[in-house]
Amino acid sequence: MINMVIDGKKVKVSRDSTVLEAAKQVGIDIPALCYDKNLEIVAACRLCVVEIDGKNKLETSCSTKVREGMNVNTHSEKIDTVRKDVLQLLLDSHPNDCLTCQKAGECLLQKYAYEYDVNFVKHDGAMRPHLVDTSSPYILKDDSKCILCGKCVRTCSEVAERQVLAFADRGYDTRIVLDADQTLETSSCVSCNRCVTVCPVGALIDKRTLGKVRSWEGEKQVVKCKSCQYGCNFEVIKNRGKNIAVKAMEPTEGRPLCLRGRLTTEFINVDKPEKPFRKIDGKFEETSWTKALGLEEVMEKMELLKEDE
Amino acid sequence: MLVMDMLDEIKDKNRKQLEERLTQKGGYIIDEDGIKLDGDYFKKQVRIALKNCDIIDPTNIEEYIAMDGYFSLKNILNNMSQQEVIDIMKQSGLRGRGGAGFPTGRKWETALQYSSDKKYVICNADEGDPGAFMDRSILEKDPHSVLEAMAIAGFAIGSDQGFIYVRAEYPVAVKRLKAAIAQAKEYGVLGENIFGTNFNFDIELRLGAGAFVCGEGTALIESIEGKRGMPRTKIYRTAHRGLWQKPTIINNVETLANIPVIFQKGVDWFTKIGTEKSPGTKVFALVGKIETAGLVEVPMGMPLHEIIYDIGGGVPDGKSFKAVQTGGPSGGCIPENLLDTPVDFESLAKIGSIMGSGGMVVMDNTDCMVDIAKFFLDFTVDESCGKCVPCREGTKRMLELLEKITSGNGKKEDIDTMERLAVTISSASLCGLGQTAANPVVSTLRYFRDEYEAHVMDKKCPAGSCQSLLQYFITDKCIGCTKCAKVCPVHCISGKVKQLHVIDQDICIKCGACQETCPVNAITRS
Repeated sequence: MINMVIDGKKVKVSRDSTVLEAAKQVGIDIPALCYDKNLEIVAACRLCVVEIDGKNKLETSCSTKVREGMNVNTHSEKIDTVRKDVLQLLLDSHPNDCLTCQKAGECLLQKYAYEYDVNFVKHDGAMRPHLVDTSSPYILKDDSKCILCGKCVRTCSEVAERQVLAFADRGYDTRIVLDADQTLETSSCVSCNRCVTVCPVGALIDKRTLGKVRSWEGEKQVVKCKSCQYGCNFEVIKNRGKNIAVKAMEPTEGRPLCLRGRLTTEFINVDKPEKPFRKIDGKFEETSWTKALGLEEVMEKMELLKEDE
Repeated sequence: MLVMDMLDEIKDKNRKQLEERLTQKGGYIIDEDGIKLDGDYFKKQVRIALKNCDIIDPTNIEEYIAMDGYFSLKNILNNMSQQEVIDIMKQSGLRGRGGAGFPTGRKWETALQYSSDKKYVICNADEGDPGAFMDRSILEKDPHSVLEAMAIAGFAIGSDQGFIYVRAEYPVAVKRLKAAIAQAKEYGVLGENIFGTNFNFDIELRLGAGAFVCGEGTALIESIEGKRGMPRTKIYRTAHRGLWQKPTIINNVETLANIPVIFQKGVDWFTKIGTEKSPGTKVFALVGKIETAGLVEVPMGMPLHEIIYDIGGGVPDGKSFKAVQTGGPSGGCIPENLLDTPVDFESLAKIGSIMGSGGMVVMDNTDCMVDIAKFFLDFTVDESCGKCVPCREGTKRMLELLEKITSGNGKKEDIDTMERLAVTISSASLCGLGQTAANPVVSTLRYFRDEYEAHVMDKKCPAGSCQSLLQYFITDKCIGCTKCAKVCPVHCISGKVKQLHVIDQDICIKCGACQETCPVNAITRS
């Protein structure tokens, strides 16, 4: 442990933490859009800037390690101006769609815009093109809402055999693509939903929850997936007495998330599950639950044994 | 393979031949001080980094040796310890010539302190500032100076592997470097057991694919690692964890070219040139509205006017000087009343510009400063990698505002918005590209605010350069020859033969074709 001062309070925090983590340990939340404790630190959103005594420049708290005796301020006029400007810049390229956006209520951009009193402003400048990938029955990718935090790219690249998502183009035209600019359907995407779980905004949405319930409605219960030994966490969403959907929760280390696990969890927990789809030769095809869960041979064998009885 | 004493032999033999050849060719001063280029343009110059350029045959290692090349490396491997080499670098006060001016010796010392199974020396040859071409000249005309310096750096920090990250748009430089590396290995001044010692050092080339941001150290490292060229956040310094997370030093081409000379002529000699805080020389690419454009290498601290007028010959075509832009897209515009500013890292920063890699673009009274700011910002917007929000989104919005202003649609509050955006972009961007992206706007606002206000308030471009703010009129000098009506690409000129013609201002695209074609100069521009 080391001693430091955060916002005038003397605190003891663990030695190898970053300023952002240290602040969290003592109950101070620093806003951040691209930070995720499970992912590589990139310091791209610049929202988590803080002032550190002895440094002229603002420093990103996600990428600065704590030091003995460090004195940090997480709020000041300068910091808040920068945060407001960064949020305004993001909103200026973001569609004003919070009324019907599936992410509303859980969206980090919405949360911080509220906290810092930043609003949509009408302007005649550029907006991100309204490119929506509707090709997958599992994931909806809306580039116009993307804030390019890169969390999806990072989480996708954590699993060696996936690495589907990547940045393409540069500057204002930067976007997230699958393989060499393929769709969710034609790419090698396995619909594991890792990217969906880390997306801070409505750019990546679990399509099987779309239009079913608002984030603040219903009850949620965490269940463990039973399809393999990893036991990934899912939320079962219950509304008006019925289990209506499941949603993958953030993967932690060694927990990869997969489509089969998701479908299994959905099949077991949701009262009336929607038809499943399988990707065959770069095309999504509606299929039976038996096939989707890979139970064909098991079922056949069971039938056979039943006959024997 | 070359052993120590063979170096003298090669030098003696080739020096004579070289001097004979140059005497025959003419244009050189050959005396006990060495060989120099002759002419007024070179009189006030002190050439260290460029000392061999246009003198030796860059494809022949023996001519480099004839100019005392590889003697520094030989002496170091023979007589010096790693710490001694670093001490000399620190005493020399040499600072990075790529733009930031970080002390080279300190960089090396940090890399030496971290023990590791592998360390790397990188030469940053991804020169990208518009108008700057000093690194290219060194690579094309004196490649061995860079190789020798890299080997010295390798010895100093304990590295056996160097990379030169050179942009693919420099094909001649790439060719010369490849040839030079092959020659150096053949002569045993690179590769294994250099000069017969147990020091090994190899250099490989890596070609940049055209992204300006890859000149930023950490983006360059990402690129060498085969990733997308985006700057890293510096949790650890590059000298601690750089390329493949190993201690790495990155030095610019011009910085490296200084190093063999420092070891050859000594710290005392070097520190007498330039200023106390910025010893040595700096190469500038003097371009734009200047009588004699080209590369000039001058002692640090020389006032701007001396470079522009005494060396460059001032502004041509009878026009008047308006500003000089230093430091490329990260730099600023300096007005006439500050031309006595000495060029060194601190002085230029104080007046809102930077030394940068040494671009020096001179502008005259027909250049619109708002348009210049727009030009540089357009470059930055194009070259922003898209990683961090202030640079990706902020520079784009700023450019939109400048476009609004130069097209005559600017409002007074747009200037305030730009000023606020500039602060956020500078203070919150991830890398140097973003942190300095607003400089061209900030410095022009500081020194040429009236031009911005003329665009916004009076809808006028004082320099007469912003097309949308121009208006063409036909005066009563018109003889009704109809030439203008015929040449107008949008048919906005009407009038009968032998009668006064009129331009429809709503349709006119301000191309100026009518004015050019008018035989009696009846068309004016305002």
